Amino acid sequence: MSEQLKVKTMEQFMAEGKQPEILFWVGSAGSYDDRAKKISRAFVKLLNKANVDFAVLGPEESSTGDVAKRAGNEFLFQMQAMMNIELLNGYEIKRIVTCDPHSFNTLKNEYPGLGGKYDVIHHTQYLKELLDSGRLVVEGSEYKGKRITFHDPCYLGRANNVYEAPREVLKKTNADLVEMKRHKQTALCCGAGGAQMFKEPEKGDMDINILRTKDALETKPNIIATGCPYCNTMMTDGIKAHEKEDTVTVLDVAELLANSL
Amino acid sequence: MHYLPNIIFALALVVGVGFFVRNIKKLTRNIKLGKAVDVSNDKSTRLKNMTRIALGQSKMVVRPVAGFLHVIVYVGFIIINIEVLEIIIDGLFGTHRIFAFMGGFYDFLIGSFEILAFLVIVAVVIFWLRRNVIRIQRFLKPEMKGWPKKDGNLILYIELVLMFLFLTMNAVDLQLQELGAAHYVKAGAYPISQFIAPLFDSVGESTLVIFERTAWWLHILGILFFLNYLYYSKHLHILLAFPNTYYGRVNPQGEFSNLDAVTKEVKLMMDPSADPFAATTEEPEGEPEKFGASDVMDLNWVQLLNAYTCTECGRCTSECPANQTGKKLSPRKIMMDTRDRLEEVGANIDANNGEFVPDGKQLLDDYITKEELWACTTCNACVQACPVSIDPLSIIVEMRRYLVMEQSAAPMELNNMMSNIENNGAPWPYNQMDRLNWVNE
Ligand code: SF4
Ligand code: SF4
Repeated sequence: MSEQLKVKTMEQFMAEGKQPEILFWVGSAGSYDDRAKKISRAFVKLLNKANVDFAVLGPEESSTGDVAKRAGNEFLFQMQAMMNIELLNGYEIKRIVTCDPHSFNTLKNEYPGLGGKYDVIHHTQYLKELLDSGRLVVEGSEYKGKRITFHDPCYLGRANNVYEAPREVLKKTNADLVEMKRHKQTALCCGAGGAQMFKEPEKGDMDINILRTKDALETKPNIIATGCPYCNTMMTDGIKAHEKEDTVTVLDVAELLANSL
Repeated sequence: MHYLPNIIFALALVVGVGFFVRNIKKLTRNIKLGKAVDVSNDKSTRLKNMTRIALGQSKMVVRPVAGFLHVIVYVGFIIINIEVLEIIIDGLFGTHRIFAFMGGFYDFLIGSFEILAFLVIVAVVIFWLRRNVIRIQRFLKPEMKGWPKKDGNLILYIELVLMFLFLTMNAVDLQLQELGAAHYVKAGAYPISQFIAPLFDSVGESTLVIFERTAWWLHILGILFFLNYLYYSKHLHILLAFPNTYYGRVNPQGEFSNLDAVTKEVKLMMDPSADPFAATTEEPEGEPEKFGASDVMDLNWVQLLNAYTCTECGRCTSECPANQTGKKLSPRKIMMDTRDRLEEVGANIDANNGEFVPDGKQLLDDYITKEELWACTTCNACVQACPVSIDPLSIIVEMRRYLVMEQSAAPMELNNMMSNIENNGAPWPYNQMDRLNWVNE
């Protein structure tokens, strides 16, 4: 399926003596997780289409340490952060975009106190920018008449008050945007945050993602849109648990836009 | 002999206010057991937050029914307290309705107090029904058993009694005014108590005076009692909501603090020119700093202020994804436990001449279990929901830090995840050199 993506590393930019417009922070999920890799690819497809001169760090990138911090391991977090900051400052990075709200949050809010000050944005914000400036134009109508509901990632929404950018990008796809009962500030977590992604849940009577997909299914959607690789996994698993995987798909905002061009 | 009531009143006032001051001192001392934290930034946002959230009740009305009723009780409480000023002056100087000279404005004031008092009664009754008859879920969680449940109802009863005393006092006063009794100036408007007044139609003047005085005394003594009840109750929020919203979070909710003590050590480890022995010789005096929190003294003072401010409303818990799916975690319980433990530590200090004597207990395990702490998704729903800017999440994270950094007591899967990050820079066991493979897949 793969059309060739144009991706250059910072190292290559340096060798050419150039600076990219923006650094794409791929994140660990976007680099290794099979589902999330597709999101990285869709986003890069969009960047290529808009002729964005972007760089990635490639093998030089390392975990932001976010998940270690949420788990309580401040040591490991700060080790990771300082290593990354040294690298980013060495490359004189000014602007960073990422598809992972957790990386977005920690790079934007927690790195500055450790000496890493960058303009950090989430990929839905960047896509909105590219659409607004006309660098990306939607021509297709792949999703016309389809019902899409957007699940707010905690670390994008409540944590950083970004609610509109993903919705505005979604509107551009010509789909019908339907809201879940609890959305924006009151959106329910998908259950992955705070390092829960990496452990079994505590004893209870239900998994959180089952409850959240129930919220989503109540809107009778064709598609559940997400803006976070972890939410994506959680919602996808939830849909399977509700045995709805044949009628409802879970897609990232970047994928939806890439399919609409 | 003539001055006896004035003297008794002055004494009651001194005792009531004195106890209150003592409680406030204890409260401040306990809050100061917490660690220092810099809250000097962004004063204008802080002021705005306080005005909007505490004074303006902006977060209360997110839930319209409870919010609306609460605004009534809140406004009623504040406004009716103007009346208390008059009562105090009258009590001290033996005057009666000293503000009566204001004429029409006085009528307006008393009239509006009465209407508010009536609305407060209605609101309080609905609140009581919500807690005891409709049995709204968030008031029935396990942490609400015992004192918290009683406390919630007691407050409603006290408010009800105070409002009835106020209206009865006015009703009898109205009767006395109409009889032209000495001392009872004709003043005030009585839109509500005029309906209570007929109950006393057949009562003689001297008995009316006794009724009026009794209601008057019970009303003011009740208020002094209520003032001192605050310290033991969730009702403390009527005072602490103001400082708490001022000192509450101004940074994005997603931003967790970076531990300075860790920064120092990490810098040292990463700096190739650092002399490894220098570090040991300049080891700070006393014990090395403890990472994270296992007891209330390890939390910062804003977190302790948070605990005293908690209204036990349970809005946090009802929004918590872990709680909604049957996990033990309840952010309200985190706050209540913190307050209970802080009270216990405070009592310990009082009993031991101002010195805390270790009691073999702590906040972790004895109050808050690991199971609760590990169930949190750090989603910030609790922080968002709290009407008085409390941050239960920050306490959870501080305690996780203790578990992980001081005790290495993370769940196994998390330890695996963390050693993956240490070894290959990702939470999964993949080779860092493969980070760009996704481009060509
Ligand atoms: S941050 Fe933790 S405690 Fe607060 S609502 Fe979310 S899961 Fe519950
Ligand atoms: S922390 Fe806030 S929301 Fe939770 S019970 Fe206390 S006052 Fe209510």
